[in-house]
Amino acid sequence: MDAAKEKITELQGFKLHVIETEKYKTNTFVWKMKAPLTNDDVTKRALLPQVLQSSSAKYTSTPALRSYLDELYGATLFVDLAKKGEYHIMSFSLEIANEKFLSDSTPLLKKGFELLAEILTNPNISGNGFDQKTVEKEKRTLKSRIHSVFDDKMRYSNVRLLEEMCKGEPYALQVNGVSADVDEITPENLYEYFKRAFQEDEMDLYVIGDVNEAEVKKLAGELLQFEGRTPKKVNTKGITKRAEVNEIKEEQDVKQGKLNIGYRTNIVYGDPDYFDLQVFNGIFGGFSHSKLFINVREKASLAYYAASRLESHKGLMMVMSGIDLKNYDQAVSIIHEQMEAMRNGDYTDEEIAQTKAVIQNQMLETLDTPRGLQEVLYHNVIAKTAINLEAWLTEMQKTTKEDIMAVAKKIDLDTIYFLTGTEAGD
Amino acid sequence: MEKITFDQVQEELYHEKMSNGLNVYILPKKGFNKTYATFTTKYGSVDNTFVPLGKEEYVKVPDGIAHFLEHKLFEKEDGDVFQQFSRQGASANAFTSFTRTAYLFSSTSDVEKNLETLIDFVQEPYFSEKTVEKEKGIIGQEITMYDDNPDWRLYFGLIQNLYQNHPVKIDIAGTIESISHITKDWLYECYNTFYHPSNMLLFIVGPVDPELFMNQVRENQAKKEYKDMPEIKRQFADEPRGAAEKKQVLQMNVQTSKCLVGIKALHVDQTGNEMLKNELTMNVFLDILFGKSSEHYNQLYNEGLIDETFAYDYTQEQGFGFAMIGGDTSEPDQLAEKLKKMLMDATNSNTFSEEQLERAKRKKIGAFLRAINSPEYIANQFTRYAFNEMNLFDVVPTLEKITLGDVQSLATEIISEERFSVCQVIPKK
Repeated sequence: MDAAKEKITELQGFKLHVIETEKYKTNTFVWKMKAPLTNDDVTKRALLPQVLQSSSAKYTSTPALRSYLDELYGATLFVDLAKKGEYHIMSFSLEIANEKFLSDSTPLLKKGFELLAEILTNPNISGNGFDQKTVEKEKRTLKSRIHSVFDDKMRYSNVRLLEEMCKGEPYALQVNGVSADVDEITPENLYEYFKRAFQEDEMDLYVIGDVNEAEVKKLAGELLQFEGRTPKKVNTKGITKRAEVNEIKEEQDVKQGKLNIGYRTNIVYGDPDYFDLQVFNGIFGGFSHSKLFINVREKASLAYYAASRLESHKGLMMVMSGIDLKNYDQAVSIIHEQMEAMRNGDYTDEEIAQTKAVIQNQMLETLDTPRGLQEVLYHNVIAKTAINLEAWLTEMQKTTKEDIMAVAKKIDLDTIYFLTGTEAGD
Repeated sequence: MEKITFDQVQEELYHEKMSNGLNVYILPKKGFNKTYATFTTKYGSVDNTFVPLGKEEYVKVPDGIAHFLEHKLFEKEDGDVFQQFSRQGASANAFTSFTRTAYLFSSTSDVEKNLETLIDFVQEPYFSEKTVEKEKGIIGQEITMYDDNPDWRLYFGLIQNLYQNHPVKIDIAGTIESISHITKDWLYECYNTFYHPSNMLLFIVGPVDPELFMNQVRENQAKKEYKDMPEIKRQFADEPRGAAEKKQVLQMNVQTSKCLVGIKALHVDQTGNEMLKNELTMNVFLDILFGKSSEHYNQLYNEGLIDETFAYDYTQEQGFGFAMIGGDTSEPDQLAEKLKKMLMDATNSNTFSEEQLERAKRKKIGAFLRAINSPEYIANQFTRYAFNEMNLFDVVPTLEKITLGDVQSLATEIISEERFSVCQVIPKK
């Protein structure tokens, strides 16, 4: 396998991760900023990257900045947010063509690097704050992004499950923040937050492509310098098991019901049984050969999709399926039966081998895309581990039936959420 | 086996036409873990009226049957092909579009076995009444899922506005009612007509040895018997030049309104280089007019009429085509009017500058390089291009040749009030 060697260097205020590979026609930069997920900061952190990517001191308007990106052979610049466990992560990605594949051989890597540094460190400021017009329009966009979750029922029901399941925990917060808090943000207090985030966040830069490590290190050291810091750590308190399963039904005008079930796995990335959990999830609901797909979709014809996925840093497993409103009881009971079968070890050695093969395949495929590779490597930053890619795959292969049954015993059903129609049961 | 080299992007492509007519392409990608293969038939949801193999008369088949067939091909007498792929460490999938049905797998090990499975399962159908009935429940849920999805409803609503007769206006999955008429005999009739190797293309991309894999396909095909196939007769009703409906408003359970403006395409009889140039010119035109660096985009964004969901796209296939522009908005009517006016104004001469054109071209060239990092993109797009007698790797040279005059004359020709239509989704009262 081509697992790409990651070279990590501690620079001023951040870590540089370089992955040299000739696979791609482009070079990719990803700048990550990580901080604890909190009610006070989440909305500002959702807005900040949008404001930074819309203009800078040098490119004072969006058309000016975007025109420059177009000139750089359509370099892409985008920002996104993620919740990983109880951390909130801002990402700034820039991908730029490798001039080796262009008829115009003007070097582009340095230009891309300079532009990323400009976006991060040289914002469009007036007085003691960001440019007011920029902040106003990005506040409007952020609000519409928060509201748009309602219109996508698959996402909505997942968000609602987490809100209900993790009530009182930071993880209940939405990645895009709180609509009502958007109004409180001013160009000045956002600028204050910007300075604080660059002083306190744990920051990592990934550079992936046909690059020279020494050259990247030199450029990174020149262009990006911040004060040293000790990253803040979240102390996740132990979650006590619910005495009774939390069952929520919400009515809306929908044709298809959305069934989302949340479990606490009590296992996170870095735990010795984390790889066993991956195999567990693969047999239970991760793939099209899994129990959920076979029993909910293929055998009972109840759904088009029925799957489970893991949240590796918070220790959650979520089941999701879209079903006819009248089939709620049947679907829930089939899913419970599959979990029971997992606890009882009701799977063959062949199924285990098949699942490992598919997980290995999925992992190797993820490593084929620059952003996929970067995200896999970033798990180590969040979990403070140093699991390399080879170890990931060899450890997962060691999982036995007993290991999977042991994992099954640790998993607790927490919340069943159903978005149902106004004519349920008809 | 012929070898075709693309020097600028440093790629090599191998091609052979099998004696039964199947076109096979292999593109080796060094350094990648994954091999990705697609086996595609030139048969999609629009092919609903045709002369079945061995018959004389045209028949019209139930809506959604191409997609239904795609689902059912995975089921065999001894079980599900998904299972077999995952035993071999692969992930398999399929999709049906207006004009194509594609079956695919990706895997990082046992690639030969997976390729054999892919070819054999597509070439050995097994349909039974019992499994056909069972599938109706599953596809019924797929249809209902899309019914609740406002973006899909908006997109399809606009196509239905634009087209009066052409079957592109029929939802790819059909309706719960239309799929209720599907039987195993209908499936075999469609299968026998459209899944002949001469109507199909196999594309393999990954860290593979082209000679080895080409030989495998050769041997596999030699074992199977196919009669020569006469040209497939498909029928499409005449379609007026103008949009069928000017406007449609859908009330749904949403909080944010949505608005799309559509333009019905011209020249949908084109193929080959002519078609490639036409669609790239249209894409460049839309980029100049509505890209993030454009005045229009920034004006609309600053006025609060659009947000980050704003997008535009151009689709052209045999017999139909459309451009679509829009996204979420608080003022769907105002946005529709402004977009239409911006389009109309673009028909005035001297609207565009050489600088804008150059930027748009560079942006597209960079996007092409980024896209060919992706094995999925290469296989799927190469197939689409080939079915329209175009070559994916002609994109950059063709782009480089586009002039300001080309953009201006295309704009003047295609932009006209009669070809506009608007579709909106608004919150239910």
